[in-house]
Amino acid sequence: MVPLSYYLVLSGILFACGVTGFLIKRNIITVFMSIELMLNGVNLSFVAFAAQWHALSGQVFVFFVMVVAAAEATVGLAIIIAVYRTRETLNVDRINLLKL
Amino acid sequence: MTPNLNLWLIPVLPLVGASINGLFGKRFSRQTVLAIALGFCGAAFVMALWIAAQFSSLALPHVENLASWIRAGDFQVDFAFYLDQLSLVMLLVVTGVGLLIHIYAVGYMWEEGGFYRFFCYLNLFMFFMLTLVLASNYLLMFVGWEGVGLASYLLVGFWFTKDSAASAGKKAFIVNRIGDFGFLIALFLMIKHFGSLNFAQVFRIVGEMPAETAGAGLLTAIGLLLMVGAAGKSAQLPLYVWLPDAMEGPTPVSALIHAATMVTAGVYMVARSHVVFDRAPQALMVVAIIGTLTALFAATIGICQTDIKKVLAYSTISQLGYMFMACGVAAYSAGIFHLMTHAFFKGLLFLAAGSVIHAVGGEQDMRKMGGLRHYIPWTFWTMTAATFAIAGFPPFAGFFSKDAILWKAFSSPYGSWVYWAIGVFTAFLTSFYMFRLWFLTFFGEYRGEAEAGHGNDHLQVVGGSRAGAPAPLEHGHDGIHESPKIMLIPLVILAVLSVCGGWIGAERFDKFLSPALHAGVTAYSSDEVAAATPAPEPKEDGGSEGLLTGISVLAAASGLFLAWLLYQRRPQLPQEIAHALGGFYEAVVHKYYVDEIYAAVFVKPLIDGSTRILWQGVDRDVIDATLDNSAEGAREVSDAMRHMQSGNLRTYAGWIAAGAAVVIAYMVWTGTR
Amino acid sequence: MLHLLVFSVFGLICVAGAINLLVQRHPINSALSLVVVMGSLAVEYLLLGAEFVAAVQVIVYAGAIMVLFVFVIMLLNAGVEERSKGSRVAMLFGVPGVLIGTVLVAWVLLARSGTGNVAVGALPGPPKVIGWLLFHDFLLPFEVTSVLVLIAIMGAVVLASHPGSKQPDKREG
Repeated sequence: MVPLSYYLVLSGILFACGVTGFLIKRNIITVFMSIELMLNGVNLSFVAFAAQWHALSGQVFVFFVMVVAAAEATVGLAIIIAVYRTRETLNVDRINLLKL
Repeated sequence: MTPNLNLWLIPVLPLVGASINGLFGKRFSRQTVLAIALGFCGAAFVMALWIAAQFSSLALPHVENLASWIRAGDFQVDFAFYLDQLSLVMLLVVTGVGLLIHIYAVGYMWEEGGFYRFFCYLNLFMFFMLTLVLASNYLLMFVGWEGVGLASYLLVGFWFTKDSAASAGKKAFIVNRIGDFGFLIALFLMIKHFGSLNFAQVFRIVGEMPAETAGAGLLTAIGLLLMVGAAGKSAQLPLYVWLPDAMEGPTPVSALIHAATMVTAGVYMVARSHVVFDRAPQALMVVAIIGTLTALFAATIGICQTDIKKVLAYSTISQLGYMFMACGVAAYSAGIFHLMTHAFFKGLLFLAAGSVIHAVGGEQDMRKMGGLRHYIPWTFWTMTAATFAIAGFPPFAGFFSKDAILWKAFSSPYGSWVYWAIGVFTAFLTSFYMFRLWFLTFFGEYRGEAEAGHGNDHLQVVGGSRAGAPAPLEHGHDGIHESPKIMLIPLVILAVLSVCGGWIGAERFDKFLSPALHAGVTAYSSDEVAAATPAPEPKEDGGSEGLLTGISVLAAASGLFLAWLLYQRRPQLPQEIAHALGGFYEAVVHKYYVDEIYAAVFVKPLIDGSTRILWQGVDRDVIDATLDNSAEGAREVSDAMRHMQSGNLRTYAGWIAAGAAVVIAYMVWTGTR
Repeated sequence: MLHLLVFSVFGLICVAGAINLLVQRHPINSALSLVVVMGSLAVEYLLLGAEFVAAVQVIVYAGAIMVLFVFVIMLLNAGVEERSKGSRVAMLFGVPGVLIGTVLVAWVLLARSGTGNVAVGALPGPPKVIGWLLFHDFLLPFEVTSVLVLIAIMGAVVLASHPGSKQPDKREG
């Protein structure tokens, strides 16, 4: 019997790691991966709550989150490729102008 | 039952004329302009005559209410007009003399630019003056009061491209305003204590108040403040300084406004408010003192002036002093009598002076005139009549009125021999400087330069000159010539009035005005009201009046003799006397440096204070600085904030994370509290 | 007891993977750490009884999305992260902010939370139940997400297509 809060703390740690990665990392792909990490953390907390309340809709929500994350990853990576083509760089700090 | 006389038409007719000329006059021919101006002014005069004709059948005072104006609770002021003997006298003088001067001005201003503008302003002046005279409450009178000040400003500064004229207009208006401030405070006191500004109500309330013999009270305050206003408008000490400068205006303006009508508004106002003054002996005394001192002061300045119009200006101030002296000894009717005769002879003097100036081509310095009586006989004879009138020789008009004043100054319960003595001395001085003017202008050898060309004392647009070389005009007359008939006819009419105007006599005049001026008097004994002749006073009887009359005629004659001596017989004497008097003479010639003193004491500190405190201190350093600094501050803030928009992804993310942390902390804090 | 043990072990693996993601300088290493994280998360889901989700996690997340990431890393030839001027704000405010926030939340959860315990396999397991939910109660979101995925695919194709191959179309079109 694991207290729910342990799951939530784990989820929080994952989320925090994701945010930190977003703030620290310079490679834009790695930044993207930190976003995925954040999403995973959130998914965990969804399922944990669903388990506690015996509500299946939590699981279904996780399903949808994953689908959306997939779509987002797809489009995001495509954008990264487009940006790389014009900027020749994957460094987040160099991509700071709105105009291409 | 009061017939409706349509009193409101009298002021409004000139107003219509002014509007038409003002709005459309630029396109009219000169004939049309003068027709409109003279027509409406004449119509007002005709109406005044018509009212005079039916005067005896009217119940007086006759009040006509045109429209309501202010209704504020209990306080009520209407556009209402008031007719009684006093206002009838003023009405006839203003419209009559005004019409004559209008006619004169047609000739005088014929070659001037802005012809229509001049007549528009003249008619406008008539409107305001008539409003002042016919008003039935102090507020409407004040409207007229201010309006004539405006008209004076417009007309004095008629040649506004000339600096001195523009400044003179400003000076006139500003000094008037100082007086008006006193007038306003008096009005406020009246509103507060009497609840009304209507003559009828105010006089009724004041009539029930006791005389303030025990000390200064409300009525003294009101009286003194009204006197401040009158001093400003009628050029008494210490607010007279605008009148000599106002001679920058065209001569008809000087005649109408600064001799016959506007400056007499103060006297009219004091006479109208006699109910107040009769109960405030201190105020009356102040009025008399101011009047007497002004008369003397201005006369002393007048004897040394060299500009013909300036002499007449100081003479006006001096004669106004006489009128206030009369009012100050509660001899209001004598003051009004002198007002009327003064309008005749002073108006004539100015118009004739204008004719003289016109004749010599714009020269106004008397030292450059002389011997003109051969060239301009009509002007000479009319001016002679006026000079004798003002000096107070019998049987001219000035004699009767000035003598009435001097007698009352001596014999009235408020009078004293001091007033009389100063009055007689001033009469001597008046006679002296007027005859000095007469001799210098018309006798002796001609000392001027105007032989060729015909200029006037007006201005061509590109700076004219007054001393000597005028530009010849198209209709080039040559030499010194008489004025055209249109200018001479008013001169003649006024000369006749100067001779005959006093023959009505002071006693009959007093009797005519007594219902207006003695109603509600309690401080005065009833003898004055009943008797037609001067009542038996604690002082002398009719015999001494004859003695005093003789003395004043003697004074006038001595002035004539002295002027003849100094300027005709031994022309080198004036220089020697001037040298002998040295510094005192210099002071008098420079008008006792009053203008300089005012400039240093009032004007300069005001300008400096305004510059340093209001402009630099408040406007620039506070208001502008606030705006500039707030704009600057906004710019600096945005300059600092601009760095937030760095375009750097991580910066944005950092802010979001920090903000989220703050929100979480807040939630935790409120949740666990 | 065993539950707690398994939970702790795989939780630690999760966290280790996450930290490794932060620490590694080459993106490919970060990607692989992320795969590890996802794997251990799948085990956590299993512990909770969400078998379907665990399976989907492994198949979709670890198997498809991460593969996509790896492909892109390979495509773009992303190398070792270069040093560049970071963001002061991110360092000064962001990271401490995150840490503070997490600590606060963790404290609240551990010290004050009144949530109960979760048993092993607390959720009903068979996919049949989830399928029922998906096609009955959540039909609309389901359909919408399928459209969303379609759009995402099209968008990705358009965005990532080579500009050279596009331009002739533009000139002709």
